[in-house]
Amino acid sequence: MDGYIPLSYGDLALASLLVLANAGLSLALDLGIHRRLLIAAARMVVQLSLMGMVLTALFSHVSPLWTGLAALVMVGFAGHEVASRQERRLSGAWAYGLGTGCMMLAAALVTVFALTTALRPEPWYDPRYAVPLLGMILGNTMTGISLGMNTLTTGLVARRAGVEARLMLGATRREAMAPVIRQALRSALMPIINTMSATGVVALPGMMTGQILGGVTPAEAVKYQILILFLIAGGTGLGAVSAVLSGGWRLSDARHRLRLDRLTSSKA
Amino acid sequence: MLDVVALRRPPLQPATFSLDAGECLAVRGPSGAGKSLLLRAIADLDPNEGQVSLGGQARESMTAPQWRRQVGYLPAEPGWWADSIGEHFSDWSAALPILDALGLPDAARDWPVSRASTGERLRLALVRALAVGPRVLLLDEPTAALDAASVAAVEALIAARVAQGLAVLWVTHDAAQAKRVAHRCLVVEAGQVRQEAAEWTATSL
Repeated sequence: MDGYIPLSYGDLALASLLVLANAGLSLALDLGIHRRLLIAAARMVVQLSLMGMVLTALFSHVSPLWTGLAALVMVGFAGHEVASRQERRLSGAWAYGLGTGCMMLAAALVTVFALTTALRPEPWYDPRYAVPLLGMILGNTMTGISLGMNTLTTGLVARRAGVEARLMLGATRREAMAPVIRQALRSALMPIINTMSATGVVALPGMMTGQILGGVTPAEAVKYQILILFLIAGGTGLGAVSAVLSGGWRLSDARHRLRLDRLTSSKA
Repeated sequence: MLDVVALRRPPLQPATFSLDAGECLAVRGPSGAGKSLLLRAIADLDPNEGQVSLGGQARESMTAPQWRRQVGYLPAEPGWWADSIGEHFSDWSAALPILDALGLPDAARDWPVSRASTGERLRLALVRALAVGPRVLLLDEPTAALDAASVAAVEALIAARVAQGLAVLWVTHDAAQAKRVAHRCLVVEAGQVRQEAAEWTATSL
């Protein structure tokens, strides 16, 4: 870590002038977003500082219990985020449970896979590896699941007549919902597909940039980035497929009926 | 052939009636009385309770897709799921005679669904429902948006099918049509489903 240049708080304050300049522009042009911009920036600083403290504490005791607890809290927040991004939610405990459950399953599986095969830290649950890895995978899986679920529910509502027409002619629920489910999975996986195709040409990923600034050689940083993107693709695919399929299952029943009564619209 | 006993689908009161093979029963009643809900419940498209059987075979003894292939339902506003008309038919050549009877051309296969008029779509959906070969057909105002010639064609086609043994439940607002097509009448009013006692006679109105 020889090439690593430490930052002072003064450096950060200087950089924050850019955000203040944006806020000034908003005021001057009457865009009305300066308040939200400043609050978001302040939240970012507070949340990341807290995260830094939590990570420092976590890293100093390499405990499976605390690592697991941190993972659960992260999954919980991500699940809440998935539920709040839905235009229409599944009714009851499903609203939160389905997305969170599928995300937990996918993220845990992929994280443990990476920790036991590619990275192999000692012990495998070392929070220094487990927590950032889970964070990266969770963030992307969350996006995939919320996009997939949103496309599924709005698609079923919009194309209700068509889906029911197929059911009426004797199609199974699987056949009748297939076009909507396909569309939902496509929109869930589109972001990671776009990211992978644009990475390295259009954009340098944040993680890789961070590693390079932190003194890691570009060749090593690239290897890490490739690993992370594979893991993200795996987690997103697994999470979105399980969430969209179980969502479709929940929105139909054993008598092959479309059960949109199990949706509640959340007009915020 | 179709026996409905204590069929419950709120807000409808439990409904009991039966329909013989080769019989057409008109379903009448004010708008919003639940006529469509009744048909949907028989087709098992909404959660419902009660005993429904076909030729003595209980609905529960078969899968819902098997049931719906025998008890077809044509809603007032039929749905379409693909771009072209032809994609909605598993066997277009089998549908050809029915299309012809309703004055629809073979070329309709390549029409985009959006190009067909409301009346054409209604008739095409009827062809689609008949092509499955149901034993019972539940029709929800199948002629509401049709011109006089098409109404006559649909009535003649259904009458021919009924003569061959098809059982039909036909929702209509038109009293004259009910008299023309149906043998008996079922009235849905304020959540109650009751059979009109007498059979039609030539003189009663």
